[in-house]
Amino acid sequence: MKRFFAKLYIGILLVILYAPLVFIAVFSFTEAKALGNWTGFSTHLYQSLFTGGMQGGSGLMKAVENTLVIAIISAAVATLLGTIAAIGIHNLKGRKKQAIMFMNNIPMINPDIIIGVSLFLLFVFLHISQGMLTVILAHISFCTPYVVLSVLPKLSQMNPNIYEAALDLGATPHQALWKVMVPQLRPGMLSGFILAFTMSLDDFAVTFFTRGTVGLETLSTYIYADARKGGLTPELRPLMTIIFIVILVLLIIINLRQAKAQKEAK
Amino acid sequence: MAKKIIEIKNVSKSFSGKDVLKDINLYINQGEFLTLLGPSGCGKTTLLRMIAGFLKPDEGSILLDGKDLEGTSPYERPLNTVFQRYALFPHLDVYDNIAFGLKLKKVPQEEIDKRVRRVLKLVAMSDYEDRDVETLSGGQQQRIAIARAIVNQPKVLLLDEPLAALDLKMRKDMQIELKEMHKQLGITFIYVTHDQEEALTLSDTVVVMNEGRIQQIGTPTDIYNEPVNSFVADFIGESNILNGTMIRDRKVSFIGHDFDCVDEGFGENVPVDVVVRPEDIYFTNDPARTQFTAKVKSCTFKGVHYEMYVDSDTGNELMIQDYDPYPVDSIVNLYVEPDDIQVMKKERVANVLEAKVVGEGKVEMLGGEFECSTEGFEEGDEVLATVAFDKVELLDDLEEGVLDGDVHFILYKGDHYHLTIKVGDEGFLYVDTNDIWDKGDLVAINIAATDIKLNRKND
Repeated sequence: MKRFFAKLYIGILLVILYAPLVFIAVFSFTEAKALGNWTGFSTHLYQSLFTGGMQGGSGLMKAVENTLVIAIISAAVATLLGTIAAIGIHNLKGRKKQAIMFMNNIPMINPDIIIGVSLFLLFVFLHISQGMLTVILAHISFCTPYVVLSVLPKLSQMNPNIYEAALDLGATPHQALWKVMVPQLRPGMLSGFILAFTMSLDDFAVTFFTRGTVGLETLSTYIYADARKGGLTPELRPLMTIIFIVILVLLIIINLRQAKAQKEAK
Repeated sequence: MAKKIIEIKNVSKSFSGKDVLKDINLYINQGEFLTLLGPSGCGKTTLLRMIAGFLKPDEGSILLDGKDLEGTSPYERPLNTVFQRYALFPHLDVYDNIAFGLKLKKVPQEEIDKRVRRVLKLVAMSDYEDRDVETLSGGQQQRIAIARAIVNQPKVLLLDEPLAALDLKMRKDMQIELKEMHKQLGITFIYVTHDQEEALTLSDTVVVMNEGRIQQIGTPTDIYNEPVNSFVADFIGESNILNGTMIRDRKVSFIGHDFDCVDEGFGENVPVDVVVRPEDIYFTNDPARTQFTAKVKSCTFKGVHYEMYVDSDTGNELMIQDYDPYPVDSIVNLYVEPDDIQVMKKERVANVLEAKVVGEGKVEMLGGEFECSTEGFEEGDEVLATVAFDKVELLDDLEEGVLDGDVHFILYKGDHYHLTIKVGDEGFLYVDTNDIWDKGDLVAINIAATDIKLNRKND
């Protein structure tokens, strides 16, 4: 009996969590303009999404493209910076390490809106004209701490003598980094990259404040503007469904990799 | 004539104000198997890491083939290291691990193949080329680590406790193999260990270190038979270390009896430390040979021999090893041969501490303030304070002491313990006591005012 209620509870929880997503996914397969009307099964919305023949939503694909470009560039740069920072932090000791870790963690707990507004003010103060570049810079800045956090555990798992062993065998510090350190850290760097990518992908607040007035739209700002105009573009439904599935696949890959790594560690 | 391959001259090193190595001088001959032996924290690994180039000496220099190594990075030194935890590259297989150094040096592929195969044969791992290193056992990983180092044909092979992570049986086997490898390769080995048995088994030369200083350099037999001080005697093998007095040349008194010995040149009536190995105390039924009697307290079978603790007629406890057991509570007759008695100069006969007079009847030493008579001294005078070993009072309750410290080293001297107490980073106090303390115990320290004697410096 107890077990039954436990299962029921989990069931209710999952339904509440996933109902909106399922709802969108189901209604992406019908043509109705207003969400909630079922006018029969159709893949028309998917077609018009990819052929660009949608009503009043010509900027949507451009927004998707911007979002992806920003996410890929900022995740890549954040991975590079975060890995270098993690190696530095790992070699610190005691208080200094704690202090730097604390500073690394603050941007993660800090509300996005505050990061967004302060970056906006910073760019204005520095007279940097805002657009794609400032959005990318902003995304790099809030993604990097996540990379640091995913690379650090890999560093502490690593045999501390490995780097020295490489030097000992005749590798220059540069060769030791690329031939020995990076292969060891690669799993951590990859999870850091994926994390940074998803963080960048779904960001609204920071993008909104740092995109300037040149009319740059990412997916999140596009939807926001669209919703304010009254009613969401119907093509958003298939798009949401696709994004959800992509994220789901990425998460499954991360989890499988972690499970594999744990098994190897044993 | 042996050629000096490595020379270490006046090397000192400290980490955040704490001295780890103090004025180390040492040379290593071409082809020698030299072991740095000492308890953990004695500085042996630091010294090895300096030779490898991972650390820089604060002072002094390290020479390879007569050339100063200062400014030469680890990757430019023709030395290779075998690390304690192997430090193999987990993303490479056995072959690529071993070939790592050769590939960096752009050695032709056929040459690499040939050399990798040759070292694999040498470490008896021939069929493991394609194996993932993480699937290998500890012993096998260590063999690969050794192969990876020697394939580069270094001038000197540095080994940092390479067998410490292995189980006893494996360790014994590897010791024999290492010795064999050293003979075959003709490479100079510098080996770091805290295991005295390992050091005695493997080495041509043993360097015993403690507290950042070299205590003794010698062949294994020298170190065992003629330790220069009580630390070496205690650290290498089992021993009875006793307080004694050198009466005159070839005559020493300890445990209340006079013995003939072979040592000369100490002077007359000089306090000394006496070492007698437990296997060098003999039982006899001949009254003419008997030097003293004792009562057997315990007798334990140790495989080859029996280990017995006896109380001598003068109340000193001695350890004896013999092939025949003697029953507990029996009275036995004992003697020691003159050349089995090792007499050592005492390192110190009392604590002599740097102190400063800080007021009427008050001195500061070891970072604490003690009361004592300051007659004849002014406030601010820098003086030397002398405190006898048995006048330092050790207490359990930290509130009651002027200072606190921890028990750093314990020496049993037959009828009392001689303790070395480490007082923070300030220094050491040496204490004679009958109380039993354990290594690492935190103790409070008190010294009565009448037991501190002040002297002017340079007196």
